[in-house]
Amino acid sequence: MAGILTYALHDDEGNFNKNSLGAISEAAKLAGQIGGDAGVMVVGDIADDACAALGNWGATKVYRAKDVPEGLAQPIVDAMAKVISDEGFSYALFGGGLLGFEIGAGLTARLNAGVTMEVTEVKVQDGKLVAERPILQDSQIADVGYVSEPGIIIGRLNAFDANESGGTAEVIDVQVELSPWSTKAKMVQRGEQRGADVNIEDAEILVGGGRGLGAAEGFKQCEELAEAMGGAVAATRAVVDAGWYPYAAQIGQTGKTVAPKLYLAAGISGAIQHKVGMQSSENILAINKDQNAPIFEFSDLGVVGDLHKIVPKLTEAIKAKKGG
Amino acid sequence: MPTSPSEFPPPFDPADVIGPPTDAEDERIEVGIAIVGGGPAGLACANKIMQLLENEPELTEKLGEVPVAVIEKGKVAGAHLLSGANMKPSAMEELFPDLPKEEWPVFQEVTKDAVYLLTSKAALPLKPMPPNFRNHGNYVTSVSKLGRFLSDKAEEAGVYILSETAATKLLVEDRVVKGIRSGDRGRGKEGEELGNFEPGSDVVAKATVLAEGTVGHLTYAAYDYFDMHGADPMRWELGVKEVWEVPKPLDRVIHTMGWPLRKSPRYNEFGGTFIYPMGEDKLCIGLVAGLDYTDATFSVHDALQLIKTHPFIKNLLEGGKRVAWGAKTIPSGGYFAMPKRLAVPGMVVAGDAASMVNVPTLKGVHYAMHAGMYAAETIVESLKQDSVNFEAYDEKVHKSLIEKDLFESRNMRQPFSKGFFLGGAMASAMTVTKGNFPGGHWKQEHDSEVEMELGKASDMYVKPDNELTFAKLDSVFLSGNATRDDAPNHVRIQTKVPREIAQTWVSMCPAQVYEIPDEQLENGAAEVDVHVTASNCVQCGAITAKGGRLTLPEGGDGPLYQET
Amino acid sequence: MKICVLVKEVPDAAVQKRIDSSTMRLDRSGEKNLNPFDTHAIEAAMQIKEGGAIPVEEVVAVTMGPDSAVRALHKAVALGADRSVHLSDDALAGSDVCATGYSLAKVLESEAPDLVLLGQQSDDGECYTIGAVVADHLKMPSLTQVIKIDVADGKLRCERQAEYGYDTVEIELPAVISVGDAINEPRYPSLKAIMGAKKKPLDAKATGDVGIEGGMVGEGGSKTSVLSLNPPPAKQAGEIIEDEDTNETVEKIVAWLDERRLI
Repeated sequence: MAGILTYALHDDEGNFNKNSLGAISEAAKLAGQIGGDAGVMVVGDIADDACAALGNWGATKVYRAKDVPEGLAQPIVDAMAKVISDEGFSYALFGGGLLGFEIGAGLTARLNAGVTMEVTEVKVQDGKLVAERPILQDSQIADVGYVSEPGIIIGRLNAFDANESGGTAEVIDVQVELSPWSTKAKMVQRGEQRGADVNIEDAEILVGGGRGLGAAEGFKQCEELAEAMGGAVAATRAVVDAGWYPYAAQIGQTGKTVAPKLYLAAGISGAIQHKVGMQSSENILAINKDQNAPIFEFSDLGVVGDLHKIVPKLTEAIKAKKGG
Repeated sequence: MPTSPSEFPPPFDPADVIGPPTDAEDERIEVGIAIVGGGPAGLACANKIMQLLENEPELTEKLGEVPVAVIEKGKVAGAHLLSGANMKPSAMEELFPDLPKEEWPVFQEVTKDAVYLLTSKAALPLKPMPPNFRNHGNYVTSVSKLGRFLSDKAEEAGVYILSETAATKLLVEDRVVKGIRSGDRGRGKEGEELGNFEPGSDVVAKATVLAEGTVGHLTYAAYDYFDMHGADPMRWELGVKEVWEVPKPLDRVIHTMGWPLRKSPRYNEFGGTFIYPMGEDKLCIGLVAGLDYTDATFSVHDALQLIKTHPFIKNLLEGGKRVAWGAKTIPSGGYFAMPKRLAVPGMVVAGDAASMVNVPTLKGVHYAMHAGMYAAETIVESLKQDSVNFEAYDEKVHKSLIEKDLFESRNMRQPFSKGFFLGGAMASAMTVTKGNFPGGHWKQEHDSEVEMELGKASDMYVKPDNELTFAKLDSVFLSGNATRDDAPNHVRIQTKVPREIAQTWVSMCPAQVYEIPDEQLENGAAEVDVHVTASNCVQCGAITAKGGRLTLPEGGDGPLYQET
Repeated sequence: MKICVLVKEVPDAAVQKRIDSSTMRLDRSGEKNLNPFDTHAIEAAMQIKEGGAIPVEEVVAVTMGPDSAVRALHKAVALGADRSVHLSDDALAGSDVCATGYSLAKVLESEAPDLVLLGQQSDDGECYTIGAVVADHLKMPSLTQVIKIDVADGKLRCERQAEYGYDTVEIELPAVISVGDAINEPRYPSLKAIMGAKKKPLDAKATGDVGIEGGMVGEGGSKTSVLSLNPPPAKQAGEIIEDEDTNETVEKIVAWLDERRLI
């Protein structure tokens, strides 16, 4: 057995999901070390050149199942199980996202395989893959090895970077017989956007506001900054309690836990009740006028100053940079 | 302008907490004996009753499907228990005579004792050791663990432990206690009923035991209603405690006095620290201070953080890691604050809420358990004759070591209002003469009647470094407190008060429940607002001592102490 | 219709979790509680039963765990389940996701439910997937992270948030659904229900009773193994800027963001 099979999720217009592209790049990198193909599973009627273009992220072979519906996990479990068995892939690798979890889990049962989820890094040891995953609310990292093949690796959101390398992939059509239960779930409506309901847990950039904003109006600045950066707004418990912002945006011990690429904390002291909700953010930028605020102990960049002066100027500067 | 918290009584009427059953008769839950409080007193009582019932088949039948129910507001019995503690073994020996000591929920027997007087730099051993601190033969235990142990034993014996259940009302009809009412769950911040609202239930019982501990929600209201108050008002000390994992095991029980508590009678800062070993790899350290201090900026939590920086103490914690934190009050009124009657028709009171605590010797756990057992004996005997007159319990307690010990130390706490040196001398004289000097009754006043002034106690406090010293919010987190953010506010205080009173509450509270709004901190106004973040509350009870009233949050809320 | 709710006993959120370094497994000696997400699953089952769109004969709580797991079952019953099933066997200790999913599927097979509900994740495993593993073994359609369930014409209409927004999916019974915490607000048990919980029927089952093959479970039957545990990489001490000239400060911030490809 050799090689790694990934899954390329796409929307109804055929645009491939960023986390899937990341998974393909990761698979290509790893396959280069352990040998074998970097295969990609694509379902639905996607054009030849779009499939072949996945080679740009490192795919060597793209297996296309035209008649398998996109958007629900179980038909794709059927498809990938077939390809893994027929082609002898050693691993299945998924980028972060709900479907990756569901498909990976289904394959675990179907192929009687080992599975690791929330994986943040994959390394090669003695020609085999070892998955690293945080456990116990990110307090420790476990190295998980696979006792048999195939092994299933499900990445954490945004864990794998998409790297373009130039190249095209071979496109192979496969026929898949769906299991009886795979046809018992029907998509009635896919991907409905609901108003301003931004799910802060999926946002890559968050601007968090705390008591330092001074008043509910202070959140306008946060919203403008978030908009300029393409992110969403979050809040601490104290300001939600005070009615300055809705509970859906609350982060912390009694709110949501997030791990965005950037968490910009404006006027937030960094008490542990809030910290536990955002400490795994990749980059933490804090603005606070109190130089002794605990947040400066774990921020990557701390700015001691008046956020009312800094935030509006920062918003302007970012708009200018993006516009220019 | 010095004022005292008692001038601003809380918006709370004890009469609201007492009343007849309101559920339809077939909706009420019937139990044989209802015990309020899953602490040492309540659980010793529950266990003892089941032991006695083994020989009382007729009574067991009369008590019905649920002979004994313990109503406990914490997530489990032990979740809200916190104490030192060096437990005298007599009660455990009496309750479980066949249980070998290896199976007791204790850490170790005390073999070495030491008392130190701290100055800001040194620790002077006090020799000979003041006799009230001698603990040889006692066992270092965690009451939180003891609670879980006694609760498991009770369940095995057939007791129903109803945890996550608050007893919010005492059911009384024709001046006979008929049981309790459990609290509602699922109300919002303004008290409105939320989607998953579940009303409480009337739990009717033939006998009710109030073993609520220092918070005494129903107990103190019952004292008013049934005119049970003792000669002196209840008073309290506040203890803040931490558990540390340490590389160097501690080989002795340590008590300290002195620094940073100030010695002058003007400040009235009475108290000291305790440092107890907990097996090979842990120790606990706590500061206990009387709540009759006069400086509004005094904070027990911060004083504890400061004490840890003392070279003697820092050395004990070297290389260690803080793993637990908690806070709770201890009733310190002693003998004269005990209610004048311990029983009324249908009900008895036992343990801390009945002031059965000997503060000079720091003992209360075994008294609570003994009282619980006396209550069990009396109730079983009376119910056998179909009587709810439990006055025999009063007699048992008065003839017992509880009364004897508390009487001896009845005036020992009071002298310290004269300051450290004079107070210490007088207390020693009392110990030596077994309470005969000076005799009589040194009257006490309620802690809230002390006049507060904005002083300089907080000037000494240190900024937390998050390795040795910690802020209040970080500490609340470590207590396992996970109260719902939109829960109703259970703290009763007046919210517009003179600055000295507000500051008293802000500094006193170990969990940072009270805050003065930022913009009012420096504005020089004489009166300020007080903002309450009830969800931080660890239910220590200090606010009841200092002019407010702690009522009960929903069952299951509050800390989840593991080994405090 | 028979609904089975899969529940799990997990360490209480307040307990400091640690791994026993000798076994590389979670030290489960502290306080335990019913997994909070499972209370949402039980509530969902009760709402379907009380909703009346489809008659529900019984709601059965099912768990796989050591002796202490009966407390989770008592809680589930206090919340409304009619009876419970406890799969407990030393042979199961150390099972990974693959082995656990297989074991749960076998015990569910013996109950032959029309609907299996469970919470979308557990506080200790943080895996989010057991429902999908179980469903494949049971050969049933499945969805995870469901935040709305409507019953109509013997089918379920479910909503869940996926990569592109909200999906509405129609699922035929029998099915396996894992629910997110946004789906409902679980009720509090009444005192009467709590006191009555111990009297409801509880069936204890061992691996042999439900046809679990020893070689497929436990540490020996698991397909992954934890090789080592390490503390997370130490965070580099951050940079601190004091704002004196705000224009300059903003320039520095933008440069920092740019360096990290955040804008």
